[in-house]
Amino acid sequence: MQAFLDIFDVYLLEAVINGILLGGVLALLALGLNLIFGVIDVTWICYAELVMIGMYGMYFLVQAYGLPYWLAAPLTILLVAALGAALHLIVIAPLLSAPPINQLLATGGVLFVLQSFATVAFGINFRNLGIRLPVLAFGEMNFSYARLLSFGAALFGMVAVYLFMTRTFTGTAIRAISQDRHIMSLMGVDTRRLYLITSALGGALAGLAACLLVLQYDVHPFVGLTFGPITFLICVLGGLGNFIGGFIAAFIFAEIISLGGLFSDLEWGYVLAFAFFIVMMFIRPAGLLARRR
Amino acid sequence: MKPSHAVWIAATAAAIALPFVHRDPYHLHILVLILIWSFAYTSWSIMGRFGLVSLGHGGFMGVGAYVTALLWNHLAVSPWIGIPLAMAAAGLLAVVVGYPCFRFRITGHYFVLVTLALSGIVLQVITATRDYTGGSLGYTPSRTKGSQLLALQFDDKVTWYLIALFIWLLGLLIWRVIDRSMSRHAMEAISEDEDAAAAAGVNVTAEKLKITVISALMTALAGALYCQYQMFISPDTVSGIAVSLQMVFAAIVGGIYVSFGPTVGAVITILLAETLRIGFGTNAVGWDNLVYGVLLVLFIIFLPKGILGSLAEGLKPQRRPTLPS
Repeated sequence: MQAFLDIFDVYLLEAVINGILLGGVLALLALGLNLIFGVIDVTWICYAELVMIGMYGMYFLVQAYGLPYWLAAPLTILLVAALGAALHLIVIAPLLSAPPINQLLATGGVLFVLQSFATVAFGINFRNLGIRLPVLAFGEMNFSYARLLSFGAALFGMVAVYLFMTRTFTGTAIRAISQDRHIMSLMGVDTRRLYLITSALGGALAGLAACLLVLQYDVHPFVGLTFGPITFLICVLGGLGNFIGGFIAAFIFAEIISLGGLFSDLEWGYVLAFAFFIVMMFIRPAGLLARRR
Repeated sequence: MKPSHAVWIAATAAAIALPFVHRDPYHLHILVLILIWSFAYTSWSIMGRFGLVSLGHGGFMGVGAYVTALLWNHLAVSPWIGIPLAMAAAGLLAVVVGYPCFRFRITGHYFVLVTLALSGIVLQVITATRDYTGGSLGYTPSRTKGSQLLALQFDDKVTWYLIALFIWLLGLLIWRVIDRSMSRHAMEAISEDEDAAAAAGVNVTAEKLKITVISALMTALAGALYCQYQMFISPDTVSGIAVSLQMVFAAIVGGIYVSFGPTVGAVITILLAETLRIGFGTNAVGWDNLVYGVLLVLFIIFLPKGILGSLAEGLKPQRRPTLPS
């Protein structure tokens, strides 16, 4: 019995740490979505599908063109950033004055387009990068380098965005717009340009997430559905547009999924996270960090 | 009797008589699909027209289909009892998710994202319980020998056509009842300004919950009927985000503010899907959704009121007497 408990504890600790590592990538996804929402006041339902396209980009650059991983990653980030900018120009910009729900539903249409584009162009086969990173054995626990690398890169990406937002003129302007969009255009700030930059930045974050997720997951046209719903839950729990709330919520959800997955299937981890989310809505309806009215 | 009633009765009689005159099974199959999906789209629009945009209806539909089929296969519960139970389950789910949303003023983007997650989670549950539901491979209710009323399984398309027609009419009737009730005025006030509506004495939470539960019950019924008709369900066809978006798309294309809008949407989407399927054959996988997606974006940008809604609006000014300048 005692031996059983010992092993159990090791697995528990491993799951907790894996949860933290997963949380890094989820926080990155939530940051991108929160950035778009906070600045442009639009929710990209198709955000996870941008990640999916990025994962295909990585797959083809590495497998078909034989580029090394570290060279393919910046290209993918640029590709998805361009995709984000294009999404804004083609779909969101004509709808900026329409009711917010219309913008959201239009990105839902883009979700369909991206998913079926991937189905038509790449087929429904599962593909993987073919890079197998070694496993780090630490005591009795095993961690894959892929997860450690993802966590590190995700943290790096978030710090980079933080510095951009606080230390540069453009970043300051973006933060100002998220506080009051009408006043800023009166102050002579070109909101259209800043919206475009923000969309590209949101796309770049999705691209970075794609580079990291492709190390751990196989790519298929519906892979976005694996991260999409959980990212939205994280953003709502953290408070849409609230960067720090989203960051904390990402780790809470990652722990729930990781620990839930330890006791049962991974899908039940998601179900548990959703149940937790419903309960939290009763306690903190306006997001984790909101003050109670 | 008003002339409009006469038109209604004549049209209904013609619709009932149709399968006895024209028996082509393929055409009847398409009609049954159109009627069942029209009912589902109508149930989405019942709340969608008031600004309650839900992407969780794929979840309600999945619950309706799977609960009915699971009860029949595992516990031999007739769909006649199973469908009400499935509807109750979907209604309960709607209350569990809807109540905190409405009580704590989770509206707009937040509401859409919460319901979106709901349909994602129902999909995950169906996949996770693959020992019972067959997971993503799909699920088939046990066949009875021949048509059986008790099992709600019929071999001939005519019976199904009449059932679907009845359900579709029921959907239009519910739309009409709501359209003429106080709830409609309350909901319109809420969609304009929640605080003002509450100050005017509207019980915001109760009204929203009522509409949501009605909508969820209808959607579950549509899912259960679809399951009984097709005798095969898979998480992709009756639940999940894709199905939710498909409902939104069809309803918006047709027009969510007019009672026949969702039906027009169903006719367009299903004929489109069938045309693509016949035109492209097996290569059609993905193409129909690609066209759906592009059309959805175009419609939202250029024709947000939908085809029927825009037509109705375009016809109105002609009736208005010209004012002297």
